[in-house]
Parts: sequence; C-alpha cells; structure tokens
Amino acid sequence: MTRLPIRMTVNAENVELLAEPRSHLADLLRGELLLTGTHTGCEHGVCGACTVELDGAPARSCITHAGACDGATVRTIEGFEGDAVMAALREAFTAEHALQCGYCTPGMLVMARDIVLRLPDADEARVREELSGNLCRCTGYRGIVAAVMRVLDRRRGLAGPAASRAA
Amino acid sequence: MKPAPFTYSRPADWGAAVALLQSGARPVAGGQSIGPMLNLRVVQPDAVADLRHLPGFGGVALSGGLCRIGAGTTHAAIEDDAVPGRLGEILAGVARRIAYRPVRNRGTIGGSLAHADPAADWVAVLPAFRGSAVALGPGGERRIALADFVMGLMETALRPDEVLRAIELPTLPAETRWGHWKFCRKPGEFSKATACVLAVPGEVPRAVLAALDEAPLVISDASALLAAPEAEAARIANAVPGLSPWRAALARTALKRAAAMVLETA
Repeated sequence: MTRLPIRMTVNAENVELLAEPRSHLADLLRGELLLTGTHTGCEHGVCGACTVELDGAPARSCITHAGACDGATVRTIEGFEGDAVMAALREAFTAEHALQCGYCTPGMLVMARDIVLRLPDADEARVREELSGNLCRCTGYRGIVAAVMRVLDRRRGLAGPAASRAA
Repeated sequence: MKPAPFTYSRPADWGAAVALLQSGARPVAGGQSIGPMLNLRVVQPDAVADLRHLPGFGGVALSGGLCRIGAGTTHAAIEDDAVPGRLGEILAGVARRIAYRPVRNRGTIGGSLAHADPAADWVAVLPAFRGSAVALGPGGERRIALADFVMGLMETALRPDEVLRAIELPTLPAETRWGHWKFCRKPGEFSKATACVLAVPGEVPRAVLAALDEAPLVISDASALLAAPEAEAARIANAVPGLSPWRAALARTALKRAAAMVLETA
C-alpha cells in the first residue's frame, strides 16, 4: 500500500512520517510517535476516549484518517504542560475522584478544558450535556461533572470581583 | 477496526474534485459519518477524495435575501452563529443538538446532507426551507430544491459525478416561528423521530417528519397540522408505511410537539 507523507505539528513540535491512508490519527500518535496518553476505546467515534485537540478544537482522533492530518496542528494530553486550565482540571479531577480506571480521562480532560473555555457560564446540566460524548464506565460521571463545575466556579469567582470593580 | 485499504487524494480545486468523482472516488468532507463506516468496513471505497481544502468550501455569504452556506461549513460554526439573523438562530439551535461538540467541530452541513442518513439532523430540517442545494458537475452548477434532495436511505438527487457545493436558504423575518423536536434516548444519539415546523409570516407553513429509515416526509402545507395538531399528527404518522407502532407513536408525538412550539410563540 502506498504510504502518504504526513507533516503535522504535534505538541508544538514538527513531525514528519509516512502513513497508510487507512490509518487514523490515534494510530499515528500512539504507534508512530509513542504518545500513548491518547486512548482508543471504540474506534468508531462513539466513546470519546481518543479525543485530542485538532487545529485548536477537540476532535475524535480515531475517525480522523491519516490524509486529513497533513498540515494539521495536534495537541494531545501530553501537550498541556504549563496550561493553567488543564492544571486546575487535573487538580479538580483528583479532589473530586473524577477517575477510577483512567481510561477515559485523557479524552475527558481535553473535552473538559474545551467546556471551561468555551462555556464559562455553563451550569451543571449543560456540563453533563457537553460531556455526553465521552463515556466513563467507572464513575457514574458525578465526580467528573463536579470537577468541571469546581473549575468553572473558581474561574467565575476570580472573574466576579474583577468585573464588578471594572463596573 | 481498521478500514479496508484506500488511496487518498486532496483536490486543490473544484474541477479536480469533479474529475476525481468521475473516476469513482468517494467524496469525504468532515468524515464524521463516513469515518466510522470506514472503520467498521461498512463502506470500502478504493479511493477517497478529501474535499476539506477546496476554496470556498466553508463559509457563509449573504446576498439579496439569500444565505449561501458553503457545504464545508461545520456544525460547530453554525452553532456559534456563523449564519446571521433569525435563520441563523434556528440553524444554531439545530446544530447544537447534532452528535457531540468534537463531532460538530469536524462534521459539515453539506457532508451530512449528501450522506443522507435518514436520522441525520440537516436531512430532517433543511427540507422545511424554501431553499436549494447547489450541485457542481462536469456541466457546471445546478440547483436542486431541498425538499427534493434526499430521495431515500443514503440516496440523493446528486449524480455520481456531482459534488454538493453549497446550500442556499432564504433569510427569514424576525417573526418567523419554528418548532423542532427530536427523540434521542441519549444526547447525540441517532434520532428515532424528528419533526420540524416552519411558519414564515405571509407564507404557507411547512413541516418535515424524518428519521423514518427512508427519505424525510415533507409537508408542504402544514396549515392543518397547526389547526388541529393532535388529529393531524396522528393522521400523518399513521400514513407512513412500515413504521412499527412505537416508532409511529414517536413520530406522531414529535410532530405534535414541533407544532406546539410554533403555536406557543404565536
């Protein structure tokens, strides 16, 4: 099978590799680049375990085939060092017992960060809805939702006084 | 869960895209429907043509009361108000309930419509609008009324060598009323019944009943449904051939609720 040359930026580093067109981004990350923090669960876009940041927004790496990755910018769970929101989420996941086996956690964290940044006013019902594309079979979601709410509440608390001072 | 082997190409312009379709390549936009089907080997194309990088594939333009939505416009862009005005409000509400945000970030309105899964949201909703699908083939562009576009289960009015380039919808007055109901047991799941009702001031109201395992049912005059929702929703749902009793009940209820949403805002 002819292999395609794929150039990507992964976690701020330029990478170049050859890939079969039928392989997908999660394969390339795990198999070629040894970034095994991205987990593959269902491999047909349902479970959300393989969610990574692709061109600045969360996407399913298992249904993004190799060709579509050429020229893309990817950030995996390994690529959030120094990110304040991710640091707060990691801390909150620990405090709220938001993981047990940890298989869904990389995808959950990428999605949770998107929720925190995109929907700063989200309530618990909205957080649950937004997390519905990421399956967790251990926690029953209570801890995960509580962790996301904890970070949202803290950021709102920080924004609140500053906003009222400005007003 | 690996696709059967296929070759990949990324046409640089629309002419190249049409030429690839003529040679039998399977067009792919966001890949959020075809991706899983490739992995599950439900489809096994020899060649895939990735349309995402075509010039003008995504994006929204307004001119003369018509809103042209590039086929490659993502659900997320529509959710985030890429389409202005009342039309945009209605479409954003639909987009927000498509699958999940990571899917909406990649999936496109044109890809979803051309894929023609009977349970898909745009397939269920777009026929309510007096708009058209803009198809591009070897002979140039042609317009297909949205109500006639999806012809059956994964079957559209597109010819094998035509690519869906854009969707054109009339802009809507602020007083336009809209009802939309979709039955999913879990957010983001495939719909078991979808209905929508569009009432534009001064025009005959229209409705669509979809997720019927076949082409959506377009009700080009929904006046009776708005006058007597209970009886008319039952009449319409019961007339759909081959629906099991529980699916017919969901279809009837979806229609009734979509009609009620329009009536509540009267």
